[in-house]
Amino acid sequence: MIRKTVWLFGLFATVMVLTLLLSAGAPGSSATPPQAASAEVKVDNFSFGPATLTVAVGTTVTWTNRDDIPHTVVSTDKVFKSKVLDTDEKFSFTFAKAGTYPYFCSIHPKMTGSVVVQ
Amino acid sequence: MAKKSKDEILHDHNNDGIDRRGFLKCMAWAGTGALCVMEGGILKSYSLSRVGEISAKEMAGELSFVQISDSHMGFNKPANPDVAGTLKSAVEKINGLSRAPEFMLHTGDISHLSKPEEFDTVDQILKSASAKDMFFVPGEHDVLNDDGKSYLERYGKNAKGGGWYSFDKKGVHFMGLVNVMNLKAGGLGTLGHEQLEWIEDDVQHLKHSTPIVVFAHIPLWSVYPEWGWGTEDSAQALAYLKKFGSVTVLNGHIHQTMQKVEGNVTFHTAASTAFPQPQPGKADSPGPMKVPAEQLKSVLGITDVNYVQGRQALGVVDSTLA
Repeated sequence: MIRKTVWLFGLFATVMVLTLLLSAGAPGSSATPPQAASAEVKVDNFSFGPATLTVAVGTTVTWTNRDDIPHTVVSTDKVFKSKVLDTDEKFSFTFAKAGTYPYFCSIHPKMTGSVVVQ
Repeated sequence: MAKKSKDEILHDHNNDGIDRRGFLKCMAWAGTGALCVMEGGILKSYSLSRVGEISAKEMAGELSFVQISDSHMGFNKPANPDVAGTLKSAVEKINGLSRAPEFMLHTGDISHLSKPEEFDTVDQILKSASAKDMFFVPGEHDVLNDDGKSYLERYGKNAKGGGWYSFDKKGVHFMGLVNVMNLKAGGLGTLGHEQLEWIEDDVQHLKHSTPIVVFAHIPLWSVYPEWGWGTEDSAQALAYLKKFGSVTVLNGHIHQTMQKVEGNVTFHTAASTAFPQPQPGKADSPGPMKVPAEQLKSVLGITDVNYVQGRQALGVVDSTLA
């Protein structure tokens, strides 16, 4: 009887230790796979909000046009370029490399923004 | 609303046939519908409501044409859910002018999203205008998808480079310029080196007495740079036109009428036939401005231009669609 209890306790302890070891390897969460990072930029009133967005490498940034006039999202260094976005249309780009990415609206060039990838 | 019917102004300080104070006073009336005509070096102005009383000879210039702008075919938001309807009203206004214009200028933003069906609709509506000859320059909304290729295929057959060209009518030299391509981040409208060289070359052999009319989408003077309402390199273009006694610049883009006189150059912007925009700095951004539906036509309009051969400046008249 005691041997069975000890055996069960040993099994329980082993399972606990293994669980702890596994979860220590995965930052923050439990056993679910890590989610890809994403961020949003709102395009409205002839401006990008936030004008400067800082994100981690691998983040997918999505621009959504909330203005009642079309806009575009064009990288000054030709890294990315959206098609024309009418109201409620979106454009996404995943930043795989660190760096600073200035961009503007090619229809209204006074509208400028930047994504800082760290 | 209507001012006195006749008002002769006789202040010619520069001795060049242009009564500047009177001209400016007259231009300020233009928003309420005034007709300014140069006759024998004297500026005469008439309220449009009394236009019927004026003799055809008095009112008619030897050349008359109409400018419309910013039809934004395809726009359908609250500021104007029916831009085709208001463009049709503009055509009706043109067809109602006592003197049929010889031709029409469209100073750009013909379409809203550069879509073929949008251009098609505008072409269809303009077919019923009394002015059978039409000349276009692109707005930034017309060259969205393919660096302006489809715009040029439609409207730029006889044009150079990015779509600029010139032509002559009754001794007046017209120049259609393009300042909406290759826009740079943080920048304003731009003409570019190639076009500037063409401008210099195009006017080189013209007599200084030739009246010049320049038309382009974005204003060629600094209306409000914060909103992109200006052209970076227009000063160079205007320098090439300095020798001419009369230069009229007709623009669109800002969806409201505005005028400025600088030396021999008269700058004028037209109202839109689609929707108005706020006055410089009077709103957060230069987007479509909503007005009560019953007021919409009073903030949209056309521009009628008359020229009498031998006179100095052109007579420019704005009228609303109301």
